[in-house]
Amino acid sequence: MKRRDAMELVYADLGRCVVVTIMGAVAAELQSIGHRPNFFYLQHAMGLASSMGLGIALARPDLKVVVFDGDGSVLMNLGGLTTLARYRPRNLVHVVFDNESLLSVGGFPTATSTGSDIAAMAAAAGIARATTVTTLDGFRAAFDDALATDDLTTIVAKVEAVGPSGYVTDLSLLENRYQFQRYLRETSHSSP
Amino acid sequence: MPVSVSSSKLIYQSLKDVGVRLVSALPETWLVHLIRFAEDDREMQLVRLAKEEEGVGISAGAHLAGVSSAMLMQNHGFLASVNGIVSCAQLYRIPLLMLISHRGEFGERDPWQTEGGGVTIHVLDALRIPHVRLESPDHVSQRIHKAHTLAKSASRPVALLLCRDLMWEDA
Repeated sequence: MKRRDAMELVYADLGRCVVVTIMGAVAAELQSIGHRPNFFYLQHAMGLASSMGLGIALARPDLKVVVFDGDGSVLMNLGGLTTLARYRPRNLVHVVFDNESLLSVGGFPTATSTGSDIAAMAAAAGIARATTVTTLDGFRAAFDDALATDDLTTIVAKVEAVGPSGYVTDLSLLENRYQFQRYLRETSHSSP
Repeated sequence: MPVSVSSSKLIYQSLKDVGVRLVSALPETWLVHLIRFAEDDREMQLVRLAKEEEGVGISAGAHLAGVSSAMLMQNHGFLASVNGIVSCAQLYRIPLLMLISHRGEFGERDPWQTEGGGVTIHVLDALRIPHVRLESPDHVSQRIHKAHTLAKSASRPVALLLCRDLMWEDA
């Protein structure tokens, strides 16, 4: 499974969610599929995308929040899994694209390449709905189930270690940040 | 434990007065009352962390979603959060209201706190984070209010240093 294909497969559903991604290939590929004002790309601060997702999910329980995370980032904030489990935001879908490598800095293997199992760690942290998928069909089914279920879900999607040729896009970081904040403010006004 | 209840109450009330509705925290001795007040307050969302840097991400998300927050941490927790502060809060112009218990100054009895006490202000300065000391109850309300105002207008992190003379009655 390629990460870009997985994101493209669920792209239509992301229109009614709020999306937070990590830096690197995930951000560049999602933008190449099509940027939307409800997408925020955390272009640094590895590990904190899931924490940002938690902050948004707690502040806005009316919204479905999707985090596109990665193995390298999750490994930098394993304690965050316990915080997610503890507060169990029922409107959060935590997708971890696991390519077993730090692709954007030369492809060096992460610990998931030698057996560390992120879904098992999420489950052990207390996230009841944690699963690993290895195919596009499996990802589609798990993502649909997470969207339809009112509970915190972690989906570890095993993907190939391939990505785009470059990571810098023409969307400036602050433009993205203020557009995203404005989107959240406007949906807040229109919600009951 | 001689942590000042009255100072903790003043600090907590000031946070409420400026509109803080989410507090992230990692327990440390001087913060016990503040954390308990947040826990007992139905209007406040308390998020207990595994590590302080998580609080930067949580505050950033809450801010973009329209909720004012504060971070309660020891100065060692601040030191553990530096990358998140720089590459999330500063890079993306997120106002952070950081309340940092300033351990390791004159009067500190715990040897393990003394190294952090010596570097905290220098690290804040290196990061260009405006900071102010809360040393007496007279400082609390006005300085928290002003810190919150600057964090919002500058869209940057600010730090309030909770000092021994304010927090510890047996100073």
